[in-house]
Amino acid sequence: MIPIEYLILITVFPPLLVCATTPFLSGRTILRDLLGPIGGLVSSWGSIKLVQAVLDGEQPKLEFLQIAEGISIGFTVTPLGALFGLVASVLWIFAGIYSVGYMRGNKEKSQTRFSTFYALAVHAALCIAYAGDLLTLFIFYEILTFSTYPLVTHKQDELAQKAGRLYMSILFGSSVILLLPAIIWVWVITGSLEISQNGVLDGKIDPKYAPFLLMMFVFGIGKAALMPIHKWLPAAMVAPTPVSALLHAVAVVKAGVFTMLLVLTNVFGIEFLSKTGASFWLIGLASFTLLTTSVIAIYKDDIKARLAYSTISQLSYITLGGALASSLATQGAALHIVTHAAGKITLFFVAGAIYVGAKLSNISELNGQGKSMPLIFIAFFIGSLSIIGVPPMGGSWSKFFLMLGAAESGYFFVIAVFCVSTILNVYYLLEIPARAFFFKKEKEITAKVPLLITIPTLMTCFLTILLFFFIEPFQNLASLMVGK
Amino acid sequence: MTDILIKNLPILVVLCPLMMSLFVVLISNAFISWILTLLTTVLTFILSILLFQEVQIQTYISYALGNWAPPLGIEYVIDKVSIIPIIIISSISLLSTIFSYKLMPFEVGQSSISKVYSLWLLAIAGLIGLVTTGDAFNLFVFLEISSLASVALVAMGAKKDKQALVAAYNYLVIGAVGATLYVIGVGLLYSITGTLNMEDLSNRLKEIDNNRALIAGFGFMITGIMVKAAVFPLHIWLPRAYSYAPSAVSVLLAATATKASLYILARILFSIFNISDDLIIITLNYVILPLSILAMFAGTIMAIYEKDIKRLLAHSSIAQIGYITLAFSIGSKASIAAGFIHMFNHALIKGGLFMAITSIGYYLQKRVTINNLSGLGRQMPITFFCFILCSLSLAGLPLTAGFISKLYLIKATISSEGIWIVFLILFSSALSLIYLWKMIEALWLHENIKKIIINENPYIYISLLIITFLNIYFGLDASLIVNSSEGAANTLMGFSK
Repeated sequence: MIPIEYLILITVFPPLLVCATTPFLSGRTILRDLLGPIGGLVSSWGSIKLVQAVLDGEQPKLEFLQIAEGISIGFTVTPLGALFGLVASVLWIFAGIYSVGYMRGNKEKSQTRFSTFYALAVHAALCIAYAGDLLTLFIFYEILTFSTYPLVTHKQDELAQKAGRLYMSILFGSSVILLLPAIIWVWVITGSLEISQNGVLDGKIDPKYAPFLLMMFVFGIGKAALMPIHKWLPAAMVAPTPVSALLHAVAVVKAGVFTMLLVLTNVFGIEFLSKTGASFWLIGLASFTLLTTSVIAIYKDDIKARLAYSTISQLSYITLGGALASSLATQGAALHIVTHAAGKITLFFVAGAIYVGAKLSNISELNGQGKSMPLIFIAFFIGSLSIIGVPPMGGSWSKFFLMLGAAESGYFFVIAVFCVSTILNVYYLLEIPARAFFFKKEKEITAKVPLLITIPTLMTCFLTILLFFFIEPFQNLASLMVGK
Repeated sequence: MTDILIKNLPILVVLCPLMMSLFVVLISNAFISWILTLLTTVLTFILSILLFQEVQIQTYISYALGNWAPPLGIEYVIDKVSIIPIIIISSISLLSTIFSYKLMPFEVGQSSISKVYSLWLLAIAGLIGLVTTGDAFNLFVFLEISSLASVALVAMGAKKDKQALVAAYNYLVIGAVGATLYVIGVGLLYSITGTLNMEDLSNRLKEIDNNRALIAGFGFMITGIMVKAAVFPLHIWLPRAYSYAPSAVSVLLAATATKASLYILARILFSIFNISDDLIIITLNYVILPLSILAMFAGTIMAIYEKDIKRLLAHSSIAQIGYITLAFSIGSKASIAAGFIHMFNHALIKGGLFMAITSIGYYLQKRVTINNLSGLGRQMPITFFCFILCSLSLAGLPLTAGFISKLYLIKATISSEGIWIVFLILFSSALSLIYLWKMIEALWLHENIKKIIINENPYIYISLLIITFLNIYFGLDASLIVNSSEGAANTLMGFSK
């Protein structure tokens, strides 16, 4: 029996090992490409064990060093962290397989460099999930930014360079200018940065200043892509699709909303927020982002661009859930991290499959292509239903809880926001399978999707259905998170 | 044996470089003179470490020069305050001596090596003497020794670039004005108290009501020291002197010279005079505080628009000195401790950055500007790596020493003054990201047009690696610096009560 403290290391280290060994295997492509999925399996095993431990009421903790009074580098597994860690590590298996199929199918250059930084990004995301201290979280947040930069600029052409610069300046700039000072502010008034169960600010901060501190956090966490700091996400879509799928639908953006939820529940505390109304402005901003980006998504013809705007909108669901400061909404937000991840990664896998298989990237070109790639488009359809929130897909649970939470908190207009957004979701997501299956074919294309792409796509698609029936452990984690 | 050694440590640490400097000048062989210099700095470093340990036990070591008991005779004092600049000076001088091995012959010529090292040791002796002495007039003597030696060292850069002579002349004239102002101040205080010993001075000043001579004396002293410490707007000698001096000299001066003067500034403000005095409060709030804030912004903005990298770093030093004086100007125990923390960390940061940039200059064989940095990062991975880490430290990112400075500075500022100062600190440090990014971008992302092949020299990068390691180490475990700085602040504030 392994002590639970070491489970954290077992979960966190495989991607780092993969990152360290990959550069030496550039000649042996098969071994190199196997490393990712194997690492994913080990990490997933560790993260599942951690989830069990947390559900048993334990709190695995590992401290490495203390930098200054109340500031240390270490890991603590909170319920929310266990949830996010599980999502990131399990989806890494599928994304690992998929990226092999994609990179080979697309004959991309520098595949070794790609795999190295890909694994490093996963490592950073897992460390964010288990961070036991706001400073540890910040450090890995930055490592995640830096490790994804070579992935975004992978094509190394002018467009990629430009996107990379935007990506770095927004993510790195916002975090250094706002997030770090906000963290220091918390340290100064509470004397500690440890992540605790409930909020730490109650009674320590003048409620008058609380909205400003929250504002520094919200705009400092650029990865959560709230307007007006969302521009980096569509720009990052120049990266190869496996990056967009795992990182810009799961690891990076989820690290952002994870941090956001952590700040809202564990730094401010739900009770403090609902008592002082410090997050009221955030409800408005998140609702605005949610609706606006849904509308923008309708006008995007590029599949990945549309999915990017859809991601921004879905991320706002999570931020909104945290900002509502009700326990049900927070649970819904936590569940949405899981269900949206499974759904959105499927959609991105499909986008990449269409690109590799038929060299198509615009929605208007998809008319009638459904018959040449039926499985792929069915996967897209099911993934879309999950995002929209139709039972029996996982996405229905999180939306259900979010709506209940909106009702509980008394902000009834938020329910209307959710409803309108669902209609918009239907409109912009279902257009794709509808075009593929029901429109007349315009041109004849021989589509050949590699098996290594089809299989993971179908698996994550299956996962979205499974989530509907096996939501209980996640729900338990979410309720542990709000202290029930 | 050890007793005698410990008793004489305060004087030994000054005498060791001073005597050796006289000896080194006689040696004609370049290599031997370097070895002797190295041994001297090693010895000085060991002595200062011994002093550090001793101070932890005794807290106060006094040495009466020539056995003339203070306050009549000259007293050398090592306490928890003065040990900090001593450690900074001795460690940086050791590292930069190692660093200078390859660069010095290349820049000043083989024939004048022994003269340079003689001046080098003299400057170090002057700086250490400056912080060890407990006598206000003896301080002036060391101030002159160190400045004259530094001026001559800066002028040595003339072999490469004649501009160094202008820079040295500027430094000489402005430095002399500063020293003169200081000595006038000392004279005025002597006229009303009749003593030169700092502790005695402090005791007697308490009994005297504010009169014109006292105010004038204080004003002269402070202004003189502010010139030496390059507090904005009295900094004009600094960018030129740092950028045209030979590489190793830039490193030594940037990391140590202003630190010693800043220490004197703190001594005058908080231990000779009394912090609760109206005169000091007014000076802190209406002179030093606004000047520090101006320095933070002026230095950073000048650095953003600067193309020459050595000058850019010099401008950034002015901003960083602004942070230190800002910490002093708040005048609480926590803030003075923060000032000392940053004093130490900034020596590590600027030392590292200057080492990286000047070694790039050595490889390139010309002045380093933003344009000819293009793509060099890939040619010299080690230097570039160290440069990045030191830059991150300057920007105050977590896991580096700079972060600790920022943390304690902000903590001290929030708990005493208004939040607006914190915002100014954060804003100016965010601005500093601009010039750091500019350099990193040029080094890494721009295309290398000329395709120069560079072999990194271990003699050059070894000290760079050490100083970078220290930047990271003290970012991970800050307890040593934080504790000794808090000890310094306590001693400093306790002195006057």
